[in-house]
Amino acid sequence: MSLLEVKDLKVRVEDNEILHGLTLTVNPGEVHAIMGPNGSGKSTLSHVIAGKPGYEVTDGQILFKGEDLLEMEPDERAAKGVFLAFQYPVEIPGVATMNFLRTALNAQRKERGESEFSTPDFLKKVREVAKSLNIPQDMLKRGVNVGFSGGEKKRNEILQMALFEPAVCILDEMDSGLDIDALRIAADGVNALRSPDRAMVVITHYQRLLNYIVPDFVHVMSKGRVVKSGGKDLALELEASGYTQFEDAA
Amino acid sequence: MPAVQETVERVRRIDVDQYRYGFETLIESDKAPKGLSEDTVRFISAKKNEPAWMLEWRLEAYRRWLTMTEPTWARVNYPKIDYQDIYYYAAPKPKKTLSSIDEIDPEILKTYEKLGIPLREVAILEGVEPPPGGEPSANRKIAVDAVFDSVSVATTFQKELKAAGVIFMPISEAIREHPELVKKYLGTVVPTSDNYFATLNSAVFSDGSFVYVPPGVRCPMELSTYFRINERNTGQFERTLIIADKGSYVSYLEGCTAPQRDENQLHAAVVELVALDDAEIKYSTVQNWYPGNSEGLGGIYNFVTKRGDCRGNHSKISWTQVETGSAITWKYPSCILRGDNSRGEFYSIAISNGHQQVDSGTKMLHLGKNTSSRIISKGIAAGVSQNTYRGLVTAHRKATGARNYTACDSLLIGDKCGAHTVPYVEAKNSSATFEHEATTSKISEDVLFYCTQRGLSQEEAVGLVVNGFVKDVLQQLPMEFAVEAQKLISISLEGSVG
Ligand SMILES: Nc1ncnc2c1ncn2[C@@H]1O[C@H](COP(=O)(O)OP(=O)(O)OP(=O)(O)O)[C@@H](O)[C@H]1O
Ligand SMILES: [Mg+2]
Repeated sequence: MSLLEVKDLKVRVEDNEILHGLTLTVNPGEVHAIMGPNGSGKSTLSHVIAGKPGYEVTDGQILFKGEDLLEMEPDERAAKGVFLAFQYPVEIPGVATMNFLRTALNAQRKERGESEFSTPDFLKKVREVAKSLNIPQDMLKRGVNVGFSGGEKKRNEILQMALFEPAVCILDEMDSGLDIDALRIAADGVNALRSPDRAMVVITHYQRLLNYIVPDFVHVMSKGRVVKSGGKDLALELEASGYTQFEDAA
Repeated sequence: MPAVQETVERVRRIDVDQYRYGFETLIESDKAPKGLSEDTVRFISAKKNEPAWMLEWRLEAYRRWLTMTEPTWARVNYPKIDYQDIYYYAAPKPKKTLSSIDEIDPEILKTYEKLGIPLREVAILEGVEPPPGGEPSANRKIAVDAVFDSVSVATTFQKELKAAGVIFMPISEAIREHPELVKKYLGTVVPTSDNYFATLNSAVFSDGSFVYVPPGVRCPMELSTYFRINERNTGQFERTLIIADKGSYVSYLEGCTAPQRDENQLHAAVVELVALDDAEIKYSTVQNWYPGNSEGLGGIYNFVTKRGDCRGNHSKISWTQVETGSAITWKYPSCILRGDNSRGEFYSIAISNGHQQVDSGTKMLHLGKNTSSRIISKGIAAGVSQNTYRGLVTAHRKATGARNYTACDSLLIGDKCGAHTVPYVEAKNSSATFEHEATTSKISEDVLFYCTQRGLSQEEAVGLVVNGFVKDVLQQLPMEFAVEAQKLISISLEGSVG
């Protein structure tokens, strides 16, 4: 069974149709890259998969391990293993990052009927992952993303992904705002999570990221549709020639 | 049905006897006749075995009250209160005793559970009694231990306080046992003529707490710890007087995170604090009175006058409040900064949900030199509620070097509620520095989605964000209550989204 199946998805925001029948199939162990010009609907797709309110699905389906994802609340989807690393992570003043991580992790475990993590186990786990991502402990004491630099916010997203061990990871422009070293560290973090039963959907504008996180498939989105799919070479092709060749196809 | 009418109906149902006779026979009864007159005041005073001077004091307040009119400046609306349609005195009704924790309403137990209040304390708060003799069942065992514990714990506290020389007793007892202290301080911070509700309270107050901390003594415990176990039925016209003598310190917590119901709809409490030279009083309140039902019916009207007098040099008074209950809250804990170098603080979390109306804030009156004050107010409005911060900061002509910092933040949940900020500032001394910051924000959809994407339910997400918003104030609460207050805040906002 596919892990994630988006079938002929049509999505409206207010009165505008943004996705016009989008299809995407992701199997366990695969890494998919989605590229496409600004405004083509990449973030919209990721939001709808994760269940952000405000989008109206007028047609199509999203199945996760065969279950209808559109019927589930966002927190249920999270507990089932859908993770979205945001293009623009928000700040939550007054809520210490460490506290947030634990509350979220335990909420997911509870939803799945698993026992809560004990404090020492939890701390040990966070410390390990934080260290591998070069995140200083002090940062975890601060409010969630409050005053974090762009790069720190992105690393904090990867940290959460590593902690929650989701089945599908959607990474929306995780490379934007990262310097070269930070990019390598974050990509290493993502690669460490690659496994035969986990899939990644990596949204990016730059081929460079795909040198680090090598995809199995590359999809080109334009105007709310996938207009071309191929192997990792497609990204190189795009880098050379841009998106204009696909404008007509859309 | 007008609010008071409803209360009366309820009281009537509980009532056994209606007294229509003269004052002499009445004294035997547990309840004053309906309505307010000199006789009602005399009745209450006699019931409490008060000395003549106390009765005179009450009567003077009563006569004063007759000449006053109810204030209308607050941003609250409620049906007109008929003051002749209220019972002003009823002996506290003994709670129905329960023999096991199983008999407590499961809904109430659920709230306790969410608050994380230990079962043994629930048993005390809900009045579970040990069974007379016989083998206690497993459930009963808990109750027995809890009740026995509370007695011994309370006695230990009493011993400790006594050893330190701290006087802590019901004010009705203090009037009889320490008249010189009560006479010296009662009504000196909130004069009997202060305002309509305070004057009413002065005439008819039922009971409350009295605390005196002698010079140089640091009260050996948070008075909250004791309070939670012992004082539950303070009544609708509560009167509290706390005096911290030179160089002393006391921390006092009023109220309870546990849900509180009362047959009486009108509450008008007065709290007076006096801090002498180098003394410090920390007064914390958690208020969780019944807020009314989802249609806005019922609920407590809470008209409170709380004021602290930093009478001595280098004295300090700090108010911290978490207000989540009541249909109407009208409350402005204030500080008179009389002593040079004295300091006043006000930390407030005021939450309104459903049809609740909150008009609350503080007054910082700078009279002495180099006095300073700090106001941190966090208002949270949800449902169709209205939440107003009303503040006054003044510097007297002689208050050279007065400083105030005010930060008022409001958070709106949904778009049918309102938050309002009404800050008055008045400096008669040009050296005063007053800073004011105010923000109003809506709880953002993006933040909520971020939290739910990470596995929190919508309600948990709101609770988390709100608790982050109020963190600076929560930190001011005594440790053991901060955690409960945090949960209380989440509970009070249940049903505010989605
Ligand atoms: N709430 C909204 N109301 C109206 N239009 C919207 C709304 N949200 C998104 N859109 C529109 O939908 C289109 C797709 O936006 P989306 O953010 O998904 O693009 P994207 O591919 O992620 O772009 P980028 O590469 O710049 O991140 C854009 O034209 C955007 O303006
Ligand atoms: Mg985008």
